[in-house]
Amino acid sequence: MTTFLFFLPFLLVYTVFAVYAERKVSAFIQDRLGPMEAGYYGIAQTVADLLKLLQKEDIVPAAADRKLFLAAPIVIFTVVFAGFAVLPLTSGYAGSTAEVGVFYLLAIISLDVIGILMAGWGSNSKYALFGALRAVAQIISYEIPLGLSILCVVMISQTLDLQEISFQQGIWIHDKPTYPGLLQENYLFGLKALGIETTHIGGILTWNIFRMPLFFIAFIIFFIASLAECNRAPFDLPEAESELIGGFHTEYSGFRWALIMLSEYGMMLLVSFLGAILFLGSWNTPLPNMGVVKLAEWTSGSPGSVAGHLWGGFWLISKALILVLVQMWIRWTYPRLRVDQLMALCWKYLIPASLILLLLSGVWRLLMI
Amino acid sequence: MNTYWLNIKYAVSSLYTGLKLSFRHILEANESRKPIGMADTTYFQQQTGIVTLQYPHQSIAVPDNGRYRLHNEIDDCIVCDKCAKICPVNCIEIEPIRAVEEIGKTSDGTSKRIYAAKFDIDMGKCCFCGLCTTVCPTECLTMTKAYDFSEYDVADHNYAFAEMTPLEILEKKQKLEVFAREKEAKAAALKANAPKEDTPGAGIPKPSFKPKLNVRPVAKPLNIEEKPADDAKAMALEIMRKKNDAANRSAQAKPVFRPLIKSTETPPSIDQEEKKEEKDPVPAPSKPIFRPRPMMKKPKDEGEAEK
Repeated sequence: MTTFLFFLPFLLVYTVFAVYAERKVSAFIQDRLGPMEAGYYGIAQTVADLLKLLQKEDIVPAAADRKLFLAAPIVIFTVVFAGFAVLPLTSGYAGSTAEVGVFYLLAIISLDVIGILMAGWGSNSKYALFGALRAVAQIISYEIPLGLSILCVVMISQTLDLQEISFQQGIWIHDKPTYPGLLQENYLFGLKALGIETTHIGGILTWNIFRMPLFFIAFIIFFIASLAECNRAPFDLPEAESELIGGFHTEYSGFRWALIMLSEYGMMLLVSFLGAILFLGSWNTPLPNMGVVKLAEWTSGSPGSVAGHLWGGFWLISKALILVLVQMWIRWTYPRLRVDQLMALCWKYLIPASLILLLLSGVWRLLMI
Repeated sequence: MNTYWLNIKYAVSSLYTGLKLSFRHILEANESRKPIGMADTTYFQQQTGIVTLQYPHQSIAVPDNGRYRLHNEIDDCIVCDKCAKICPVNCIEIEPIRAVEEIGKTSDGTSKRIYAAKFDIDMGKCCFCGLCTTVCPTECLTMTKAYDFSEYDVADHNYAFAEMTPLEILEKKQKLEVFAREKEAKAAALKANAPKEDTPGAGIPKPSFKPKLNVRPVAKPLNIEEKPADDAKAMALEIMRKKNDAANRSAQAKPVFRPLIKSTETPPSIDQEEKKEEKDPVPAPSKPIFRPRPMMKKPKDEGEAEK
């Protein structure tokens, strides 16, 4: 229920500003100004675009498979939106508190493929079909490095509960929901042998990316795979507008097209949230306690308190939005990959690397206890 | 195996370079290049920053020799028609009315003797060559710096510079007519009077030619304008006539062959027979060529009947 109350409006507002940000980021990278006319500095451009989209005719091609065609955008959006259900937002609010949150998230993200295939196949258009086929091949392939890099985190954290993973990465490690056999202390780089306990220092030092330094590579693999999962450039082959017009959503117009766009930006946000939760300390502050200067405690309230909610929400959402910005930065920097390059990158580089990382994570875990 | 690691190394370094490059542009985006033209000495010193020129709000200054929308200062125009004649695309349309006397002076002291009933420039046709401005003797026709004059209706591309009202035009035309009639009457009177007054022919032509000389400079532009136009028309007409003749000939040629077809099936009429004999010295080879035609018709009819 809280997902509906918070994430649905948040997603809508975020999409409006993300589209605006995307256009501005691309403009600045290309030495342009971007939208400038609607509202101050073009701020109302996306709102105007949305109003236009909602007024447009909902066209269903005569040769399309009507049922599939009409249902596909709803399936895509539902799937993406369902992913938000298990995301913890603050230390006191953990979404649906599913103990298998990570597993659920991976499963629900993969369902996206069905919606895309429905859209592409149902359109009965060669462009849409090509786009859908590429999307399916791409998403299924990149599920493997994505899953393996997430598995590394699960191995270190010893849990599939996203809120539990969040608690482990900060100073509130003792306030977490208790499962037997989990760590109660954090050490620098996760190595107990070093003897430097960071449990009460917190901050960036207890983030997963610091608890296990090799997670930097795992995070990059996760990030690359997540880009491919949301069909973002440089992995936007399914929508390649220069070759396939719009890819799987070529035939869509009006509100249904807006829905597909909404779920695309929703997917970006979802994987950014997931990346922030798994690797970048979730809702924990990046500032560590240093002696009497208790920055970590000052910048994060105790779990359950109002301050805890506000700080937690602030840190997690800013981390996720920064990751979204990085996605945009990458999109407007790199050219699109060729199909064979896409598959080579996945199967020859990312999967072997993530397999090795998985092995190393297991070894690291042994050093942590 | 070696290329594998080299690939990774190259990919990482090139991706890093790319990200650095685009990030530098994001940082540089906090300043915009100034809207200055190439003529400015500092133009090439602006290497970074946003290049967008927000056109309706900003614009680059037009150089002094820019050739954009035409403007005619009608008060200075002597309606000499040179611009209309030099125009390669015929976008200037002038309707002159000769005045009976000098009607004023332009700002450079040239006397005006012709009214401009119509001075239209169709900027939709204009090719912006600027020839009209160079031939203009009083420099009343100039190219301005205005380049943003798009319109919703193509007819709005026509700019009318003449300021005369229809009533004025009518008035001036009537005046000219009256003047011409009077002159004719005078000339007739002179002719009629001449044999009565004097028998020697030396004295008569002189006074009769003199008024003509006075009128001529006024009338000249008119004559010059009309003559070539007439010549051109005549030429065009002749060409058209020739073409038509050719067309007619070919058109005639066709019906000549048609009777042939019919003649194979139905008894030809006398007229057709005659024509055939007249213009077809070699009917033999044409027969097999044209035979298929009636054949073509038949299946068509059958097809229609089936339908």
